Amino acid sequence: MKMEMRGVTKRFPGVIANRDVDLVVEEGEILALIGENGAGKSTLMNVLYGLYDADEGEVLLDDQPRTFNGPGDAIAAGIGMVHQHFMLVPVFTVAENIVLGVEPTRGAGRLAVRRAEESVRELSDRHNLPVDPHAVIEDLPVGLQQRVEILKALYRDAELLIMDEPTAVLTPQETEELFTAMRALKDQGTSIIFITHKLGEALEVADRISVLRGGEIAGHTTPAETDQDQLAAMMVGREVDLVVDREPATPGEVVLAIRGLEVVNDRGQLAVKGVDLDLRAGEIVAIAGVQGNGQSEFVEALNGVAEVTGGSIELDGRELVGLHPKEILRAGVGQVQEDRYAEAMVAEFSVAENLVLNTWDAEPYARRGVLQSRTIDELARKEVEEFDIRTPSIHTDMGNLSGGNQQKVVVAREFARDLRVLVAAGPTRGIDVGSIEYIHERIVAFRDAGHAVLVVSTELDEVMALGDRVAVMHGGTLSGPYDAPVDRDAIGLLMAGIDPDRPVTASGSAEQPPQT
Amino acid sequence: MSTSDDPPPEAVDEAVDERERRDEDPGWLARFRTEIVDGQTLLLTFLALVTALAIGAVLIILSEEATRETLTYFFARPGDFFAAAWETVGGAYGALFRGALGGPRAWSETLVSATPLILTGLAFALPFRALIINIGGEGQFLGGALLGGLVGFGVTGLPMVIHLPLTLLAGFLGGAIVGWVAGILKARTGAHEVITTIMLNNIMILLTDYLLLTALFQRPDRPDPISKAVAGSATLPLLFGAGFRVHWGFVLAVLVAIATWWMLERSTLGFEIKAVGHNPRAARFAGMNPDRIYWLVLAIAGGLAALGGIVQLSGVQGRITPGFAAGLGFDGITVALLGRSSPLGVIAAALLFGGLRAGGLAMQADTQISLDLVTVLQALIVIFIAAPALIRSLWHVKTRKESGLEATASGGWSA
Repeated sequence: MKMEMRGVTKRFPGVIANRDVDLVVEEGEILALIGENGAGKSTLMNVLYGLYDADEGEVLLDDQPRTFNGPGDAIAAGIGMVHQHFMLVPVFTVAENIVLGVEPTRGAGRLAVRRAEESVRELSDRHNLPVDPHAVIEDLPVGLQQRVEILKALYRDAELLIMDEPTAVLTPQETEELFTAMRALKDQGTSIIFITHKLGEALEVADRISVLRGGEIAGHTTPAETDQDQLAAMMVGREVDLVVDREPATPGEVVLAIRGLEVVNDRGQLAVKGVDLDLRAGEIVAIAGVQGNGQSEFVEALNGVAEVTGGSIELDGRELVGLHPKEILRAGVGQVQEDRYAEAMVAEFSVAENLVLNTWDAEPYARRGVLQSRTIDELARKEVEEFDIRTPSIHTDMGNLSGGNQQKVVVAREFARDLRVLVAAGPTRGIDVGSIEYIHERIVAFRDAGHAVLVVSTELDEVMALGDRVAVMHGGTLSGPYDAPVDRDAIGLLMAGIDPDRPVTASGSAEQPPQT
Repeated sequence: MSTSDDPPPEAVDEAVDERERRDEDPGWLARFRTEIVDGQTLLLTFLALVTALAIGAVLIILSEEATRETLTYFFARPGDFFAAAWETVGGAYGALFRGALGGPRAWSETLVSATPLILTGLAFALPFRALIINIGGEGQFLGGALLGGLVGFGVTGLPMVIHLPLTLLAGFLGGAIVGWVAGILKARTGAHEVITTIMLNNIMILLTDYLLLTALFQRPDRPDPISKAVAGSATLPLLFGAGFRVHWGFVLAVLVAIATWWMLERSTLGFEIKAVGHNPRAARFAGMNPDRIYWLVLAIAGGLAALGGIVQLSGVQGRITPGFAAGLGFDGITVALLGRSSPLGVIAAALLFGGLRAGGLAMQADTQISLDLVTVLQALIVIFIAAPALIRSLWHVKTRKESGLEATASGGWSA
C-alpha cells in the first residue's frame, strides 16, 4: 500500500509539532524516519495512526485521501503499528495474543482455539516469521515477542507497518534477524515505516530515508546517496562528530575493586552472579549488555540500593557493601542512574533543586539543617552556564526540560561533586545527538583528569566509543574486560551469550585477565 | 547560549512525551496530590465555594415550609416564590455571615473554631506532601488531649511559665507517639498508613472512653465519664479578656503553621520530605532515607493534630468528655484539601470553616435552619475541591496545560 502525507501540520498550544510535512512510502518499500527526540516523529505517526487530527494537510492511502477518527479506523484501513513497548499479555500464548480482540469464535462466544492456532501458523509460514503458536509470551525472548507484535499487525491485514524504534531492545543478532524479516515483508508488498535514531540501521535496511528536524522535514535521501555523518548533520542541523576524540588511556592505580559480587533482584532471584572487576584511575571501563542481564542490579549495588548477598566492592580499600547510599555518595562515587526519570531526578523539583538532589544536606548547600538557597542558586547558574543546559530559568521545573537537558543536569550534578569514580549507567539514554556528543566529551575529559569511570550501556556504539576496556554482561556474569579496540561482532555474540570463538580484542591479543 | 532563552518547542513536546512514555503509572494518589497541590487555582477554589453556596441555597429553599408553599401556585404567581426564596436564603446566609464576621464577638467565635482546625489541617497537609495519607488526625488529637491533660490536671504547684509549656509539650508527644506507631508500621512492614491510622482512631476513641472511668482521669466527685479540670496554670490565657473566648492557642496555631511552612520550604528535612513524596526511588538513589521520612513525618503530623487536642482542652473545654474530638481530626482533612495542602492555605481554609461553624450556630439560633446545613456546605466544598474537573466543566474553566496533556493522553508511544 502506498501512503502519502501532504503538507501535514499539527499544532499544540504554543508549539508547532509538525510543519508542512510531506512524506511518501511506496508499496513494498522501507522508509526510515529518523530524527532526534522531540523532532516530531511521534506526533507525525500519531496523526497517521488516527490518534491526532492534522490541523492542515492530508493523508492519502493508495492515492485516496483518508481521515481516521481513531486507531480503529487506521487498523481497518490497513495500518499496523509495532510499539516500542510491547502490547502483549504475558500469560497468554502466542496465538491468543495475536487473535486478541478479533478472536475467531464458535457460536455462543466460545473461542475457536484450534482455528486461531492454525491461522497463526499459516500466517507465520507465509511471512517466514517462525514462532510457536502454543508458546507462552513471558517465556519468549524479546526478539520473538517483537515478532509476535509484527504478526499481530499482519493478522489484522496490515499493509503498512509502522515500527517504533524496534531495535532498541534487541541484540545485534536479533536486529539482523529483524532486518531479514523486514526485507521479506517488503518483498511481499508490505510497506514499512521504520522509526529509529540509529543512523547505521537506517542506512542498512531502508530504501529511502526521511529526516525530521524541529517538526519539519530536513530532507529526503537514500542510503546510496548519504552516510552517517551527513545524516547526523541533517538531524541536528550542524556537523556532528560521532567518534569521540581521545588519547589512549594512561591507567593508574586500582580505585574500585569488585570481587565475587552477588546481587539479588527485588523478586529474590540472583541477578548478578559473582562479578570481578578492577577499575583503575584514568581509564574508562565500558560494560555492554542487553537490558535485563543483571546490569541494573549491578549498578544498584554500586549505588548501595540493592541487596548484596556476597562479595565485596572496595573503593581505595574501603568496603562499600553495607554502607547507606548516602555514605557511598559522600565517599566519592559519582552516579548517573540508568533510568533518568525514575531514579535520577525529581520532575517536580526545579533545576536548581535537582542539582543538589544528593548534596542537599551537605555544606555548603545546607548549614545546620537549613538550605542555603543563595549558594544553591549560584551553583545552578554556574552549572547551567558550563553545561549549556537549555532552561528558561534555574527555577524551572525539571519535568519541563527536554530529556537531553535533564540528562545534562544529572551529569552536571555529579561532576560538581568531589569524585573518585564515576558510575554512569546509560549516560546518554534517550537523548539527542548533540547532548550525547557533549556528555561523551565530558566523560573522556573526566578520565583524562585521572579519574576512574565505569560506563554501563545497552548501546553498543556508546560502549565502543567510550571504553578503554570493554566487558560484556550476560545472564549476571561478566566476560572481559577486553582491551579496546574490540571486535564489534564478537561483543555482539557475547551479548547474546554465545562464545565468539575468536579473539575479542581486535588487534588479536589475548583476553585480558582481570588485574588483581 | 543564553539561559534566558525560551525552551525550544521540541523541548516542551518531548518533556510531555517523556512523561507519557513512562510505563509505570504514577498512581491515582500522586495524580490526586498534584491535582490538589498544583492543579488548584484561587479561581477554582472561589468557584467551588460559590457552587457550594448555590446548592446550599436550593436546599434551604426546599427545606423551608413557607417557600415550599409558594411553589404550589408557582405558575400563577411566580413572584411570590422568588420573593419568599430570596427572603429565606438571604436571611439564612445573612445570619451565617453575621455570626461569622458581624462584630468582635463573631470574629472571636470564628477564631476559636478555626484554632484546632489549623492544627489538624496541618496534620494532614504535611504528610500529604510526602504522599502519606494521615487519616489518624482524630486519634492523634485525642492522644494530645490525654497525655497533655494528664500533665495539665495531674501536675500541680508549678508556675504557668513552666506548667503551660510542659502541658503543650506533653500533648504534642501524646499524638506524636500515635502517629509514630503508624509510621514505623509503614516503614518496617509496609502496612498502609490509611488502614493503620483509621484503626488507631478507633483504638484512641475507645481508650479515651476507658481512661475517663479510671482514677487517673475521672473527676472524683462524678460517677459519669468526665475528666478532672485542667489547672489554671496550664490553661491558655484569653487573648482579649473575659468578654471573648478567643485564646492564645490561635496565635500558637498560626505560629506552628508558619513554622511548618518554613520547615517544608527552607529546611533540609522539608527538601527530603518533598523529594520522597514526589519520587521515593530517586530519593533513595540520592542518599535519602524514605523509611525514616515515613515515621518521622507521621510522628510530626501526629504531634500537630495532638497540639490541636491539647489546645482545645486547655483553651476551650477545660476537661475531657466522651466524644471530645468531635470530628475535628477528620475536619482537618477537609481543611487541608481546601488549603491546597500548604500550611498558609490551611490557615485560610481553617478560618473559612471556623467562620462557617461559628456562623452556622448563629444561623440556627436566628432562623431555625439546622446547623447541619454547614456540614452539607463543607461537604460540597470538599467534593468540588477534590474533583476540580467538575468545577471546570461547570464553569467552563480551562487549565493552562489541558490541551497539551489531552493531546498526548491517548498516545503513549513516541518516535
